Amino acid sequence: MRQLKAFAIAAAAVTAMTVGAQAQDKEITLCWAAWDPANALVELSKDFTAQSGIKMNFEFVPWTNFADRMLNELNSGGKLCDLMIGDSQWIGGGATYNHYVKLNDFFDAEGISMDDFLPATVYAYSTWPKGTPNYYALPAMGDALGWVYRKDWFARPELQAEFKDKHGRDLAPPKNWIELKEIAEFFQGRDIDGKTVYGAAIFTERGSEGITMGATSALYSWGFDYEKEPGSYDMAGVVNSPEAVEALEFYKSIYDCCTPPGYSDSYMVANLDAYKSGQVAMMMNWFAFWPGLAKDEAVGGDVTGYFVNPGQNVEASTLGGQGISVVAYSDKQAEALEYIKWFAQEGVQKKWWSLGGYSCHKAVSGAPDFADSAPFAADFLVAMNGVKDFWQEPTYAELLQSMQKRVHDYVVAEKGTAQEALDKMIDDWTITFEDDGKL
Amino acid sequence: MSKPSLSVTTASPRAKWIAGILVVSYAMVAMIPLVWIFMTGFKSPPDSISYPPKVVFEPSLEGYVNLFTTRSRQTDEYIESLGPPETWYDELVRKRNMVITGPSRFADRYWNSVVIGFGSTFLAVFLGTLAAYGFSRFKVPLKDDLLFFILSTRMMPPIAVAIPIFLMYRELGLSDTAAGMILLYTTVNLSLAVWLLKGFVDEIPREYEEAAVVDGYTRLQAFVKVVLPQMRAGIAATAIFCLIFSWNEYAFALLLTSGNAQTAPPFIPIIIGEGGLDWPAVAAGATLFLLPVVIFTVMLRNQLLRGITFGAVRK
Amino acid sequence: MTTQTVDQAAAAAARATPQRIAHRVRGLSDRAIAWLFISPTILLLLAINIFPLLWTVYLSFTNFRANQPGREFKWVGTRNYERLLGSEDIWGYMQATAHFVVWTMAIQIILGLGLALLINRAFRGSGFWTTLILIPMMLSPAVVGTFWTYLYQPQTGIFSYILNVFHNFGPIDMIGSVSLAPWAIVIVDTWMWTPYIMLLCLAGLRSIPDYLYEAAEIDRANWLQKFWYITLPRVLPFLMLAVLFRGIENFKMFDLVVELTSGGPGSTTELASINLKREAFEKWRTGYSSAFAIILFVTVFGLGNIYVKALKRVTS
Repeated sequence: MRQLKAFAIAAAAVTAMTVGAQAQDKEITLCWAAWDPANALVELSKDFTAQSGIKMNFEFVPWTNFADRMLNELNSGGKLCDLMIGDSQWIGGGATYNHYVKLNDFFDAEGISMDDFLPATVYAYSTWPKGTPNYYALPAMGDALGWVYRKDWFARPELQAEFKDKHGRDLAPPKNWIELKEIAEFFQGRDIDGKTVYGAAIFTERGSEGITMGATSALYSWGFDYEKEPGSYDMAGVVNSPEAVEALEFYKSIYDCCTPPGYSDSYMVANLDAYKSGQVAMMMNWFAFWPGLAKDEAVGGDVTGYFVNPGQNVEASTLGGQGISVVAYSDKQAEALEYIKWFAQEGVQKKWWSLGGYSCHKAVSGAPDFADSAPFAADFLVAMNGVKDFWQEPTYAELLQSMQKRVHDYVVAEKGTAQEALDKMIDDWTITFEDDGKL
Repeated sequence: MSKPSLSVTTASPRAKWIAGILVVSYAMVAMIPLVWIFMTGFKSPPDSISYPPKVVFEPSLEGYVNLFTTRSRQTDEYIESLGPPETWYDELVRKRNMVITGPSRFADRYWNSVVIGFGSTFLAVFLGTLAAYGFSRFKVPLKDDLLFFILSTRMMPPIAVAIPIFLMYRELGLSDTAAGMILLYTTVNLSLAVWLLKGFVDEIPREYEEAAVVDGYTRLQAFVKVVLPQMRAGIAATAIFCLIFSWNEYAFALLLTSGNAQTAPPFIPIIIGEGGLDWPAVAAGATLFLLPVVIFTVMLRNQLLRGITFGAVRK
Repeated sequence: MTTQTVDQAAAAAARATPQRIAHRVRGLSDRAIAWLFISPTILLLLAINIFPLLWTVYLSFTNFRANQPGREFKWVGTRNYERLLGSEDIWGYMQATAHFVVWTMAIQIILGLGLALLINRAFRGSGFWTTLILIPMMLSPAVVGTFWTYLYQPQTGIFSYILNVFHNFGPIDMIGSVSLAPWAIVIVDTWMWTPYIMLLCLAGLRSIPDYLYEAAEIDRANWLQKFWYITLPRVLPFLMLAVLFRGIENFKMFDLVVELTSGGPGSTTELASINLKREAFEKWRTGYSSAFAIILFVTVFGLGNIYVKALKRVTS
């Protein structure tokens, strides 16, 4: 039966390939977030259209609306998207609620091996249940949270001297969060070239996932975990551990001391805005933006330096990135699979990286010259080695919203303490898991 | 003969002046955000986020170009390899190291707004006129309860309505369709239409129809030939209110539409440019979106006021 | 009978038919016309409003989740309601909503009535300034909300800039500050909807016949007495109707505020509808959010009912 299905899918793919020439009017829609890598993908996909004759349409939604819009689309059984580059946390829901087509048979039939991709990305973007060989996506875009800093400002001798005087060490990218805060405080309110600048741009967005992604980058460095044992949903004492409380308090202290005025609701684009306009000395954001930043007329080239999310108790980075999935409601699954088949090729993956997309293919990121291919490439490998993701449970959106509320209430709205915020978060999450029958 | 200024119903010239100055000041302060939207539409992106805010600036059409196109950032070498720009908007975009990759979705979304707005307004006013006449002129059992029931449908928060509608439309295949949205907006507008229009019908003297019936008209003819013409102003005013609602509605559009039937309101707030919201493009979109309603309102200004003040200007 | 006569008869019948139908329609009884006119409205409202409402009531007693249509769901009794009413978070959202409704209405009544009185006095008939004032309420709240975040930018926004002309406040963070954010949304709503109240007050003012004032003049009434005994009672029904509609709208407020603050900072401006949207369409707790929807509906319905009774007393 299994083989029969595999054969059917393969046959469908082959048929689609052979009729490709006549299929000029065929078109499929790919849904993703509106950001730099998406533009790169449009460029890359021109090759696919040229080869297969299948026209590509794109539906790109800004990040702050992306999850909302696309999960709504999936939940209403919409046929808008044939291919979905859905966020890593959606994989549980995508698999459990049958939004995504299971790709194992297709991979087998086409000889696509998950061994060709970085294990961390396969684990994070493709598998459900986690770590099992059940694939619902092909790793498409590796990503993690990282930092950039104003190399030109850091290099100024007078600032170097003043900083050394104050802290007894060189003004250099921080090794841990304490150093990061010291640097941010150093720059906060400083006059540089006649303009007041601020310490750091961090994620504080309330509506979608911003502040959670920002705060977890501190939490993970303090050794935060979600459960005592994976799969136990036993959260008390871990989620609200003293280290977690300290990390969250620390994140708030950075928000309080070192962000630009009115920085209460900012995510990726707001941070980019602040950084590119020369308002901040450091910025947290996703690696996905670094290729674009390197080309930027204002802060590109030597102006910007990069560093991995600093550790504190452990080295860890918040995971970003996405896999590419075929939407189960699509009428054009054969064409969508054909796209994935094309995308998985080594040559295409190499071009993907050259255009600014973080390929997860070992032939790209595992190649010896990868680390030197961009100023941030080596950092990317380091970050991807220590990535940690939010819950990928089917109820992830619910879990995320609870964390957004609790963390924002504490960090930005000054409501209660870090301990209370994390305690309440456990209460919320417990209800979610109880409702979902996991507890 | 007494001077007009002594009349109690006309204010003294001085009081008029003071009142006039106050009203004009309010209007001018209230206009600042709108003028600002309009101006920002013609600013370049750097000018739109400059400090202090620029009142005088070099006008640019970048906002409008960005509104209607999608662009991608390219290297200088790539842009040079394309040869000289073919159009003025190509040239504008290339100054920012970008090339136009295609049209944006704004035109589609705008058209959806037009279709859904006018479709639902027509239906709501049509059904509302009939119902208003029915309620005004006939003995309907439980009339007050029914009228209140109609009004009560407006008390549901749209999000609350959207929950079952989402499920219903998913079953019926109406999700993300113009037909589904027209049906929904018609329903929401109906309560307003019935209530407003009933007020207008109530103010038309029954004697007119009775006279018409005496002249040999049937009830229906009297309605069409006597009442309807009298209701024109009221219908126009009601239509404007319904149109404004459908045109501006956001919650249902956000939750029930996606790539096909999405209207402009959920689209305009998420026009992202290089780094942050593309304020000139957002402002350009807002300007284009607002303009027809403003023109429509100004055109029908007298009917609008007459519609609202129907009793006072019955002649 | 020849075919010709058959044809003739058929033609005659065809000619006659429309008239006959027309006649039948024309001859409709009042009662039939009444139902013919009213029933489409009622039917549509039943299908798109009442049926879904009943469905929502049913769902509110279950643990159904719209993102898991295939999964079995069960009757949970009043658990959703107990959770809601026992949740301190919900009270926070309700308080934020009450703050928003009460203050917007209070400020808009004063401004709207004041403006209407001034306009009525200053230039009866000239609609230019009136039309200008009306424009904000024509705008899409979502777009307005988005744009006001731009005006409210603490550093580059014109709002902060203008206020700083009068007094050196420094950057004013209307949206990010816990103490200012609730007022940020009140200000924008007031800017938008004061014209609505004004328009209805104006209609009320213009419905007052001049002879009432003339009679008051003969009785030597002062302006306050005229306002209190003539103007206000005549305007009050219009004003109350305006407040009814705006009050309900603001209780349900979603679009403007969600685009302005998205409920933040924290949950400071998370109005009931914003939270409902999060529960229903982000967390997909359909059963729970249905219960919340019903609670909101009952609240508005109850308050609205009391209000309409008051309105009727004023009108009669």
